[in-house]
Amino acid sequence: MTSSGPTPAGTPQVKSLNCPSCGATLTVRSFGHAVTIVCDSCHSILDAQDPKLQILQKFEAATHEDPPLIPLGTRGSIRGTIYEAVGFQRRTIHVDGVPYSWHEYLLFNPYKGFRYLTEYNGHWNDVSVLRSLPDIGPGGSRLSYLGETFKHFQTAQAETSYVLGEFPWQVRQGEIAEVCDYVSPPRMISSEKTGEQITWSLGEYMTGRDIWQAFKLSGQPPTPIGVYENQPSPMSANVKVVWSMVGLFLLLLVALLAASYFTARNEQVFEQSYQFNSSVRGEASFVTEGFELKGHTSNVELTTTARVDNNWIYLNYALINQDTGHAYDFGREVSYYHGYDEDGSWSEGRTKDTVTLPSIPPGNYYLRVEPESAPNRGTIAYTITVKRDVPQASFFGLGVLALLVPAGLITWRSLNFEHLRWAESGDGDAFKAMEKNLLGSIQQSISGEDDK
Amino acid sequence: MMPPSANCPNCGAKISFRWSASVQTVCEYCKSILVRTDVDLQKVGQVADLPPDSSPIQIGTEGTYGGHSFVAIGRIIYEYDQGNWNEWHLMMNNGTSGWLSDAQDEYAVTFQAPGRNLPGECSIGQQYSWDKETYTVSTVTKAHYRGVEGELPFQYWDKSEVIFVDLLSHTGKFATIDYSDEVPVLYLGEAVESENLKLKNLRSFEGWS
Repeated sequence: MTSSGPTPAGTPQVKSLNCPSCGATLTVRSFGHAVTIVCDSCHSILDAQDPKLQILQKFEAATHEDPPLIPLGTRGSIRGTIYEAVGFQRRTIHVDGVPYSWHEYLLFNPYKGFRYLTEYNGHWNDVSVLRSLPDIGPGGSRLSYLGETFKHFQTAQAETSYVLGEFPWQVRQGEIAEVCDYVSPPRMISSEKTGEQITWSLGEYMTGRDIWQAFKLSGQPPTPIGVYENQPSPMSANVKVVWSMVGLFLLLLVALLAASYFTARNEQVFEQSYQFNSSVRGEASFVTEGFELKGHTSNVELTTTARVDNNWIYLNYALINQDTGHAYDFGREVSYYHGYDEDGSWSEGRTKDTVTLPSIPPGNYYLRVEPESAPNRGTIAYTITVKRDVPQASFFGLGVLALLVPAGLITWRSLNFEHLRWAESGDGDAFKAMEKNLLGSIQQSISGEDDK
Repeated sequence: MMPPSANCPNCGAKISFRWSASVQTVCEYCKSILVRTDVDLQKVGQVADLPPDSSPIQIGTEGTYGGHSFVAIGRIIYEYDQGNWNEWHLMMNNGTSGWLSDAQDEYAVTFQAPGRNLPGECSIGQQYSWDKETYTVSTVTKAHYRGVEGELPFQYWDKSEVIFVDLLSHTGKFATIDYSDEVPVLYLGEAVESENLKLKNLRSFEGWS
C-alpha cells in the first residue's frame, strides 16, 4: 500500500546556507532537525529553522580554537549503524577553581536519530538518551537502571564553552547545566539538568582505537591520560573470580594433603647402622644389602642419623636399581657443633638429616655409600633409614604460595586502579566504600568456599 | 456515513479513505482539510506549507507493533521551541487506531486510554499511576499545532497553542496527556526502537541509502 498522488514528503536534501554575518558557507547535515547551526568562521549561532537565519548569539573564539578530532561531516559505524558527526561542543567544569573540559560529538543518522560521543583526555564514551527513568536510591549515592546499580561519581556545573556545527536543540555558548554522573564500569548514567528539565543518558566506555577504526581516522588517537570514571578495570572484574578460584584450589590442596597422608604407604624398607673410622686412610665406600621398593612410582625418604659431636660426616650416596643399573646420586652432610661463649651455650646443626627423592620407580635397590669426615677424629657411628612413599607437605606450601601471590597481585592492581578512578571523583568516601566492598567480597568468596 | 470515496469539494480530486473510522482527511492536491459528515465532505480549513520535516516516516509507511501490522495514514505536526515533532496516526490491522510519535527519531507507540483519572495540570517530577504502572512527569511541552496530513480519527484543524505532558516509568513505559481540549486525553504506550517496528516504505534522504 503506497500513497497516491503528490505528498509533501519529498526527499530531504542536504542544504547549503550562507552565514548572514560573514557570508561563509554552512552545510546543514541533519535536515529539518537542525534547530541551531554555528558558523565556524565567525562563531555566530544561527536559528536554523528561520529562513533568514537570524543570529541568536555570537561568541568569541579563535579560528579553529578547538578542532574536533572527528571532523564534522565524517561518517563512521557505531554498533552497526552509520552515523555522521554533525555537532561538536566543549563543556567545562570547575573544580577548586581549576577548569576541566571534555568534548561532545553529536552524531546523526536520518533513520536512527541522534547519539553522542564524549571524549575526555583520550577516554571515549558512546552515549544515548535513556528511554526510561532510573531509580535513584535514598541520598542519591546510587541509582539502579534495568537491574544494574550505578554509584554516584560527581555532580558539577558544566558550562558550554565552545560549539561547532548543528544541534537539534537551542544551543548557546555559556549555558550552564548541572551534570551528575553515576558509574558502573564500563557503563555510566548521566543526568543533565537545565531549569526543571532533566535528561538522562547512558554511556558506554570506548577506546580511542575503537573510535579511530569506526570513523577511519588517520593518525593515532590521543593516548588516554589517567583512569576515567567508567573505564573498565582490567582487573576488578577478575578479583572476585580469582579469589573464589583461590578458595577452591586451597580446598583441593587440603584434600590432596589429607589424601596423601591417608594413602601413603610410609613403609620402612631398610635400616642399618655402620661405623666410620676417620683414621683409616683410603677408600671407605661400600654397598648395602638390597631392599625392595614396592607400589607405584613415588618418593623415597632417606634419613641419616650420625653420632657427631663437634664434628661432621659427609656421605656420598647412590641409590642403585639392581634391575636396570640406574643410579640416583646425591650427597648429604650431618654435622653438629655446640659450646659456650659469653652469650651462654650455643649449638649448630643436627645429628639427623632427612632427604626425599621424588619419583622413584618400584624395583629392587641397594645403596652405595661413601663416607668422609675430618681425618683422625676417631669413629663415627651412623644409621641409614630408608622409607618408601612418605606423605609430603612441602607441595602444599608451594601450592598455597603459587595461589596467593598472583591473586594478591591482581587484587593490589585492581585496588590501585579503583583508587585512581575515585581519586577523580567528588565523592571521597566512595572509594573507601568500594574498597571495603571489594575486600568484603573477597573474604566472602574464600570463606564461602571453605565452608563447603 | 458517506461512501469510502468521494470528491474534494474544493478541487474535485478523488478522495478515498483507507480507514472507515477516519473523521478527517487532507486533500493531497489542494491541501484542503476535509471533514466527513453524514452526506458529504466539508472543507473546514486549509493546510499551510508544512515545515521542513525530517521524519523518515511518511504516509503509507508500514510496520509492526505488538503482533499487529500497521500503516501510517495521517499525522499531526507540532512545533515547539526545540523544533517540531510528528504524531503519526496508525491504522492497525485489528481495526484500532494508534499513534507513533516521532521526536527527532525517538519513537513511542501509544494508544488512547479513556476512563482514567487525569490531573487538571501537572509539573515535572509529579507521579501518577495508571494500570498498575507508576509514571513520573518528565516534560511539559508548550507546542503549536503546525499542520495535518492524511486521515485522522477526529477533527483536528483549528488548534493554536497546546500543552503536552510526557511521563516515563522505570520500565520503559510512556504516557502522554494531551491538554489541547477542555477534557484532557491520556495516551499510554511505550518507547520503541525503530528497528523493532520493522518499518517499510520509509522516505529516502539525500546522501543516505
